Amino acid sequence: MDVGRHPKIELLTYSEIEEVNGYVGNFEVKIRKKARYVDPDLCNACGDCFDECPVSVPDEFQMGLSSRKAIYMQYPQAVPGAYVLDMESCLGNNPIACGACAEVCEQEAIDYDDQDEIVTRKVGTVIAAIGLDVYDPTEMDEYGYTRFENVITSMEFERLISSGGPTGGHFMRPSDQERPKRIGFIQCVGSRNPKIGRPYCSNICCMNTVKDTLLLSDHYPDTENLVFYQDIRAFGKSFEDLFQRSKQKGTKYIRGLPGDIEEDPETNNLHVTVENTTAGKIERYELDMVVLSVGVVPSEELQRISSLFTLSKTADGFFMESHPKLRPVDAPTRGVYLAGFCEAPKDIKDSVCQAGAAASKAGALLNSGEITVEAITSVIDPDLCKRCGICASVCPYSAIMWSKGEVAKVIEAACAGCGNCGAACPFDAITMRHFTDAQIKAQIRSILSENAEDKVFVFACNWCSYAGGDTAGVARFQYPTTNRLVRTMCSARVSEEMVLEAFRCGAPVVLVSGCHFTDCHYINANRQTVKRMQKLWDKLEKAGVRPERLQLEWISAAEGQRFVETMNRMEELRQTVTPEEIEHSMQALKSKPKKKKKKKEPAKAEASSSE
Amino acid sequence: MSSEQSGEELRIGVFVCDCGSNIAGTVDTAELAEWSEDLPDVVFVGHNRYACSDPGQKEIREAIEEHNLNRVVVAACTPRQHEFTFRNCLSEAGLNRYLVEMANVREHCSWVHQREKEQATAKAKDLVASAVSRAHYLEPQEEPTMPVTRKVLVIGGGIAGIEASTDLADAGHEVVLVEKEPSIGGTMARLDKTYPTMDCSV
Repeated sequence: MDVGRHPKIELLTYSEIEEVNGYVGNFEVKIRKKARYVDPDLCNACGDCFDECPVSVPDEFQMGLSSRKAIYMQYPQAVPGAYVLDMESCLGNNPIACGACAEVCEQEAIDYDDQDEIVTRKVGTVIAAIGLDVYDPTEMDEYGYTRFENVITSMEFERLISSGGPTGGHFMRPSDQERPKRIGFIQCVGSRNPKIGRPYCSNICCMNTVKDTLLLSDHYPDTENLVFYQDIRAFGKSFEDLFQRSKQKGTKYIRGLPGDIEEDPETNNLHVTVENTTAGKIERYELDMVVLSVGVVPSEELQRISSLFTLSKTADGFFMESHPKLRPVDAPTRGVYLAGFCEAPKDIKDSVCQAGAAASKAGALLNSGEITVEAITSVIDPDLCKRCGICASVCPYSAIMWSKGEVAKVIEAACAGCGNCGAACPFDAITMRHFTDAQIKAQIRSILSENAEDKVFVFACNWCSYAGGDTAGVARFQYPTTNRLVRTMCSARVSEEMVLEAFRCGAPVVLVSGCHFTDCHYINANRQTVKRMQKLWDKLEKAGVRPERLQLEWISAAEGQRFVETMNRMEELRQTVTPEEIEHSMQALKSKPKKKKKKKEPAKAEASSSE
Repeated sequence: MSSEQSGEELRIGVFVCDCGSNIAGTVDTAELAEWSEDLPDVVFVGHNRYACSDPGQKEIREAIEEHNLNRVVVAACTPRQHEFTFRNCLSEAGLNRYLVEMANVREHCSWVHQREKEQATAKAKDLVASAVSRAHYLEPQEEPTMPVTRKVLVIGGGIAGIEASTDLADAGHEVVLVEKEPSIGGTMARLDKTYPTMDCSV
């Protein structure tokens, strides 16, 4: 493989992303290089260490169907072509106990004291291609995967028929190492099954089974293959050809998914009961082996990577793209692109296509040399700044420089424009460009200028809640017409004053909505939203205003349904608010006339003249 | 300084988009357009079949010139889809690209209130009024430029990550490819043969 040898590619295997800072064009990434205990530059893959190693553990690469040593290579063609030491099963960390591998290694490549290393890389763009996990069918106990030896998964099938597999490609069943003659494939195990929370089609399993039946009929023409399915989805280029070839070669396709499997304890053969929906009959089959055509699930790494780069997930748990048709490889975070399975189930060809598209997008951005950033950053007015430092303390990016007694200063390059500082500044010294207090208040007053009592007033963050409303729209979900949204970049932009202003203008209900905690596009700015809301609830209560009239909701960009449910609930709540309550809150929350404060600071001629 | 503060005369143009029948099928766009004429400082109201299309963009550019508009409100789809389009339109017309505001009368209105046309139209009016009131305070902005580090991080050494890395590297870009397993290949490396070509996976 070229990747390991390409002069432009730095390959870091056995490594994980630990921490990400920065933004498009200028990410700084900390990567943990896990200790391999074998220097890949010295190791010549001679295999002497492997021969000497006394430890034997299940081989993950072979789906546990065979064993490996504590020092091992995943497969013979592995890149890099070097051994790795699994320290958890190794005895060598106590050299008195073992140390056999190091003794025989002529290259002296083995070092039991090797340590994890953290390296930092600066990059302009990122491609997330973190792949998939295979569905574990244990929970579908009706198929007896953990009870019957001869029920295997399609991944295990791959290893059993592979010449690089544990049997050298001699296909045999686990119970007696005999070659199975009647093999049944069960489709949609872990796919298109809302009961187990896997409603989506895994895309690849139909064609994978078609391929498996062809391999079997090529290698062993005397086997009888049966495929139990609900639909065969052979939609891709030349897929139908393969499907027809499989049928011509004798594979029987039976429409219907088996209800359960029983095992004959004598022969370990399997009895499958299925309702053949084409024939309209219950049928029973005795089979030598059953292959569960398992679906695919989002990688267990997905949540972690999602949090590190503030990406979003769809309801199925895969990464969400910026636009399902027009920006399918762009992640919602600028400068991050998606490739392969992590975006949605897809086969090799589609993964390669998407990877090419992601590479082209990433390359275009790199080629541009510089990027323009939205002009939504924070600006501090040094005349109004009272040097309190609150802004610096709430900034998730440490983009505000401040030290005691000093006027705070924004580092524009680091500011992402969430507006948290603007909402936090008690002295109105901060202007958020393009999302100013004046702009937002004008919207509040405009929306609530007439029939305010009929309206649910909503502050929605750009990335999640507002986008969740868009998702609801695209899906044509219907909900009450009473809500009115004002968009801010982050829910943390919403200041106490803005919420109070909405109540003063007669809003019966105010909703502040943002991203779920782990999805916040401004690291964790929305935690400040919560703090601000808690203060507001107290304030409302003290003023005799029902605190429930101020609501806080987290809605992700993918959660159109949740957006609708929230709007329904807000409308129900609105209907409970009486005209008297509204009138009371309008009065009780009136801003108190500013007292002395202004006079405290002398020599502010310019400031007062501009008012 | 916004016009509101600087005292510059505000000349706001409102453009109501039908989006074919996507908006006009629910919202009475003719009424919305007529109603918008009375909003403060609105000096021109246009009505486009597709505001994002070439003819729509041309109509906006021409109106900006003809009526000397200095703020633009587009009542159309979500800004998440076309704000960029309309910003470009303003740039082409010689206005600062931050002087446009969108009222989302499609995703947040016509598409989600399809059975309540009157109420949807009323909501659309509120959304346009809100956008116009915000437009009063819009200020020209200069977008900061940032240098780009000419290196890409690829996370995952399966077929997608390998392909993306080699494509980028072949194009001359520096690539850091991070794989959590001891070797690359991902799930594909475990497969024996792969469809539709029935050849080996590694």
